[in-house]
Amino acid sequence: MNRDNATWRQQLAQHDAGALADLRATLMRNLRRGLAGRPRADDSFLEDCAQESLLRVLDKLDQFHGRSQFTTWATALAMRVAFGELRRSRWKDVSLSDLTADDDQAAPDVAGDGAAPDVQLQQRDLAAALLASIQHDLTARQRTALVAELKGMPQDEIARQLGSTRNALYKLTHDARKKLRERLEAAGFTADDLVSDAGK
Amino acid sequence: MPLSPTELAKLLELLAQTQNHELNCEQCLALVAEFAESQLAGQSVAANLQAVQQHLAVCGECREEYEALREALISMRENGPDE
Ligand SMILES: [Zn+2]
Repeated sequence: MNRDNATWRQQLAQHDAGALADLRATLMRNLRRGLAGRPRADDSFLEDCAQESLLRVLDKLDQFHGRSQFTTWATALAMRVAFGELRRSRWKDVSLSDLTADDDQAAPDVAGDGAAPDVQLQQRDLAAALLASIQHDLTARQRTALVAELKGMPQDEIARQLGSTRNALYKLTHDARKKLRERLEAAGFTADDLVSDAGK
Repeated sequence: MPLSPTELAKLLELLAQTQNHELNCEQCLALVAEFAESQLAGQSVAANLQAVQQHLAVCGECREEYEALREALISMRENGPDE
C-alpha cells in the first residue's frame, strides 16, 4: 500500500500492524539493495538490522519533518544502523592504544616517485610541517582520535574507548583539523597546496 | 603515531575540505534523506543542504551510508518499490 508521509507517521505512531510490517519489508529491501555485495551482510544480518532500524524509526518519529519521502528518511536511519553494526563487528577487538602507539616518524614521501624534484621537495616540507604540528599543536586526546580515524577505526568505537560520545568526538577531531589547517596556513602553505597534494 | 603516506595524503585532503562550521554526523543524518532526493532529482544543492555536502566530503562513514542510501533509492526507482 502506498502511504503519504502523514499517513506513515500517524499509523506508526499508533503501532498499526500493517504499517509496521510494510515498513519492515521496505527497510529489508532497501538494506539488501544498499548493502549488496558486502561480506557478512547476509539475510539474517539484514533482518536483525531491519528490526533494529524499525525500533529506531519509531523512537525518532517526532524528528521526521516531512522534508523527504518518509521511506527515504527511514532508510537513511537504517543505513546508519546497518553500517554501525558492520563496523562494530570488524573493529571490536582493536584497541585504540595499539592502533595509535606513539612512535617518532620521519616525513614519508607523500609526493611519490613520479613527481618533479621541486614538487617532491615542497610535498616533503608540507608533510614534515604537518607531522610536527600533529605532535606539538594537538592535545594527546585530539591526536589519538584523529590518527585512529585516519586508520579507519569507526567513530563509535573511538568514542566508546575514549569514554566519550560520537558528537563530542566529532567536535574533538573537527577542532584538531581546524588547528592543523591554521598552523599549516601560518607556516605559509595555502589551501591550494593542500588540495593539489591530496590529488597526487 | 605512525601514519602511512596514504593516511597523510588523506589528512591533507581532509584539511583542504575543513570548514570552521560543520554539521556533526547526527545533524547530517537528519538532513541526508532530503539531500539524497534532491541529488537524484538533479537539483543544484540548496543553501540549507550545502552543509550536508561538506560533511559528506570530510566524513567517510556518513559518505559510505549516503552512497548505500543512494543505491537503494536508485534501485527502487528502477525496479519500483515492490520489485
Ligand atoms: Zn559523519
